[in-house]
Amino acid sequence: MAMAIAVIVLAVGSVLFFFFSPWYLTPLASNWGAIDDTIQITLWVTGAVFLAVNLFLAYVIVRYRYNQRRRSQYDPENKSLELWLTGLTTLGIAGLLAPGLVVWAAFVSPPEDAHEVEVVGQQWHWSFRFPGEDGRFGSAHNRFIDEHNPFGLIDDPAGQDDILITAPHLLLPVDRPVKMVLRSKDVLHNVKVANFRAKMDMVPGQTSYFWFTPTELGEYEIVCAQLCGIAHFAMRGRVEVVEQATFDAWLDDQLTYAEIAARDPGNLEAGESRYTSCAACHGAEGQGNQALNAPKLAGLDAWYLERQLELFRSGARGTHEDDVLGQQMRPFASMLPDRQAIADVAAYIETLPERPLQATLDAGDPERGARRYRTCANCHGQQGQGIRATNGPRLAGMPDWYLERQLQNFRQGIRGRHREDPYGNQMIEMAQVLVDDRAVSDVVAYIATLPQPAMAVAAANARDGEE
Amino acid sequence: MAEHGQHSVQHAAAGEFDNMELVHPKTFLGKYVWSQDAKVIAIQYGVTAIAIGLVALVLSILMRLQLGFPNTFSLIDPASYLQYVTMHGMIMVVYLLTALFLGAFGNYLIPLMCGARDMAFPYLNMLSYWFYLAAVLILMASFFVPGGATGAGWTLYPPQAISPGTPGIDGGILLMFASLSVFIAGFTMGGLNYVVTVLQARTRGMTLMRLPLTIWGIFMATVMALLAFPALLVAILMMLCDMLLGTSFFMPEMLNLGEPSAHEGGSPLLYQHLFWFFGHPEVYIVALPAFGIVSDILATHARKNIFGYRMMVWAIIIIAVLSFVVWAHHMFISGMNPYFGFLFATTTLIIAVPTAIKVYNWVLTLWRGNIRMTVPMLFAIGFIFTFVNGGLSGLFLGNVTVDVPLADTYFVVGHFHMVMAVAPVLVVFGAIYHWYPKITGRMLDDTLGKIHFWVTFLGTYAIFYPMHFMGFAGVPRRYYGYGETSYIPDSMQALNAFMSVAAIIVALVQLVFFYNLVRSYFHGREAGPNPWQATTLEWQTEHTPPRHGNFGAELPVVYRWAYDYGVPGAKHDFLPQNMPPEAVEADDTVPGRRS
Repeated sequence: MAMAIAVIVLAVGSVLFFFFSPWYLTPLASNWGAIDDTIQITLWVTGAVFLAVNLFLAYVIVRYRYNQRRRSQYDPENKSLELWLTGLTTLGIAGLLAPGLVVWAAFVSPPEDAHEVEVVGQQWHWSFRFPGEDGRFGSAHNRFIDEHNPFGLIDDPAGQDDILITAPHLLLPVDRPVKMVLRSKDVLHNVKVANFRAKMDMVPGQTSYFWFTPTELGEYEIVCAQLCGIAHFAMRGRVEVVEQATFDAWLDDQLTYAEIAARDPGNLEAGESRYTSCAACHGAEGQGNQALNAPKLAGLDAWYLERQLELFRSGARGTHEDDVLGQQMRPFASMLPDRQAIADVAAYIETLPERPLQATLDAGDPERGARRYRTCANCHGQQGQGIRATNGPRLAGMPDWYLERQLQNFRQGIRGRHREDPYGNQMIEMAQVLVDDRAVSDVVAYIATLPQPAMAVAAANARDGEE
Repeated sequence: MAEHGQHSVQHAAAGEFDNMELVHPKTFLGKYVWSQDAKVIAIQYGVTAIAIGLVALVLSILMRLQLGFPNTFSLIDPASYLQYVTMHGMIMVVYLLTALFLGAFGNYLIPLMCGARDMAFPYLNMLSYWFYLAAVLILMASFFVPGGATGAGWTLYPPQAISPGTPGIDGGILLMFASLSVFIAGFTMGGLNYVVTVLQARTRGMTLMRLPLTIWGIFMATVMALLAFPALLVAILMMLCDMLLGTSFFMPEMLNLGEPSAHEGGSPLLYQHLFWFFGHPEVYIVALPAFGIVSDILATHARKNIFGYRMMVWAIIIIAVLSFVVWAHHMFISGMNPYFGFLFATTTLIIAVPTAIKVYNWVLTLWRGNIRMTVPMLFAIGFIFTFVNGGLSGLFLGNVTVDVPLADTYFVVGHFHMVMAVAPVLVVFGAIYHWYPKITGRMLDDTLGKIHFWVTFLGTYAIFYPMHFMGFAGVPRRYYGYGETSYIPDSMQALNAFMSVAAIIVALVQLVFFYNLVRSYFHGREAGPNPWQATTLEWQTEHTPPRHGNFGAELPVVYRWAYDYGVPGAKHDFLPQNMPPEAVEADDTVPGRRS
């Protein structure tokens, strides 16, 4: 009896849960209402079968419960019943399959007038490419990817006007079908926007595709839906669906491959003169000054410095109300008038000599920190040397008090929360791995043990020799 | 059944010795360690599988702790989380369920239910267990090598399985490859044994169409495993070559965290095809024995013949064959040629028909039965309910279009846990409650069994049913944390915490089960030879537990199918398979008092 009640309660409860739970499909924002319809059809058919089978099961359990004076009916086979059930099931299955295949036929056939966007996946970022004015993508191959050619474009005239978007932030025009051409630089990924319904894996060594038409203006989150390693859960991006005019204006602002290649490198002399205003706090040689809360800059790579200066200048960093020190930095960054000025000063800082630092904190346990650091190592390098490809800046040789403060800021969302700071967004996710203050101290203590630059070691050796 | 009585086939008496004493083991080591007795090997398989299964259970609790209470436990970082995911999956699917159904139940039941003295090749059978044990130990060792176990997901997809950014790419993945290879070698020995035993060592009168469905399920699952595991073996060996010898079967030109790799031209999708050519049949390798066992539990405890026996056998065979042509439904959004979707969605949904027939026939077996609500019966009904739920959610994922939004979400996690984790495990429990009296000679405690059942059945439903709704909402799986994912409502975190608490309760109640196993072994009620009044041969042995050689001086002779319950005109409500027609006592009460 209890079993029959349990079966009834669970069966009916499951159906009621479906109707009354707050969790269901995200609001649809693409043309794929047909996919939602197939889900609905499947829900109705399977829901009916689920109820029918289980309620009958419950009835049987009660009706034929044990009775010592009764025998079960000896009835090994019942051809007509079995045929009926097989026939009805086959019909039901066909009823589910047919609409599914019809929609699939549409899914695999992008419309002729769809415009194309290439999505490139890498551990653990998204980037995008538009074909430019000629409407054709230049050939690309993973073999040609390097620091200056992050998309691996081959020397192909069609590629010169390709528009490259390295930030994981994409705009799409509303009501225009788009074919997403998918490519991966490393492992498998899957570009997914829940509201669009459509998604597909990206596989290194080949391209794949899917298409959809965004139908609702708004901003949607891109997540990765194929396990791609440690930071799979933090591989995020944004797609904004906008009016055609907004889209065109945005696309015009983006740089083509040719334009990026033609950019001037940072000018050291110009950078040196700009650096004079930085030197007051950060020191003439970028050695930093803890008393002024100014971190060491020497030893950081130009690409990281450029990015942070851009963030300060645009207000994507140093605008959080609790980031008092970041707020102090903003006016100085705003003194840099343009991208070229930032490139100049970053290039200059990169040339500053690096000196080893003394540890200022002793709360952390580097041994425990070593285990914590194994998460960090994936982007920042085993030796904390920084990896440009993963956008992870150098950590080794950086002041411990600064690292600790920044990690706390990330953990609490004081730094990195701004929507224009995707790598900061990601670092917030990753900093949650450090569950308490002790974990932060430990990992900072471990970073302090990482080898400092060769120059510093040589200097230390020389000093030892003199004694 | 008269029509079944006509086909008694004359077999040569298999393995009859003049002096049985010569073949019995004499020493402790011979009896319990290096044993060649299928029943002892079965226990060895079972204990090892359950022990390793407990490791996987603990891993699942660690995962649930992170998901339910994120950023609380400093032990669990993203690398550990992925290692838990991977090892939990691999252990549960291969090292627990496959080994338990085929190695433990297969070994115990095939000779006994077929009426054989032992497996066809006892020595090979013993070797198979020791290979399995070695595979388990190698797998456990991978937790302790530098870098830890692999965190590539149980599917071990390249390139990530052997590329930086994934945990365990040094020792962990190598030990995984080694362990799987040893497992497959060991399984091949055992599997050939099971197949040969079923085909060649059945006793006189035991035609194929008189076999209990348990044996049909285990037999077809073994045949499938023999065909499917080699695909996995070659896949991992090819990946091993990619890793160690610099070949490029699966590895294209790519970057390793910014550094160019040395590979060129390989296809990651090729691996996925090989893997799922194994991986999908693997689902049924776990499911078919469960189908068979549950059929026998239902018939015995409902005192009713199985409904549509021939249909059930053919359904098992058709499912086994079809399951080799549906593998790419795991790859609908893998980036393979999307036109494959039409073919594989069709074959996948076709397989739902024989599967549905099995469900109908289980329910129709209960229909007009006389149902004893014993603990095995509770688990069997729990299985039907869970399997119906998991089977129906498979119709979402198998239908290519519906799969697109749901793939790689918690809908998938909910579906496969219902259909190939909870459902088969409920059968495993039911089977242990059902056969424990034969294995030990004592009954398990009923009250403890009922507590175990109710908490496990309701608890697992509370864990996995809500996952489908997380899937509808698009919550991706294999995520260490969700942070502030804009489209995931905050209420999802409360749901996650609820599921985690349910998981912990379900895990704890398994202690009741183990307590019951141990306590009943010493203090349980004496079972007698046939406590459930069952018809199949294992309940008709001379001794309980059966001794080496299973049966007495003479092997039983089979006169009827395995489901003569409630035969009209007979005095008793069950007729054992080996009861000669002339021994059947006529019903002396007034006929026709059946409902």
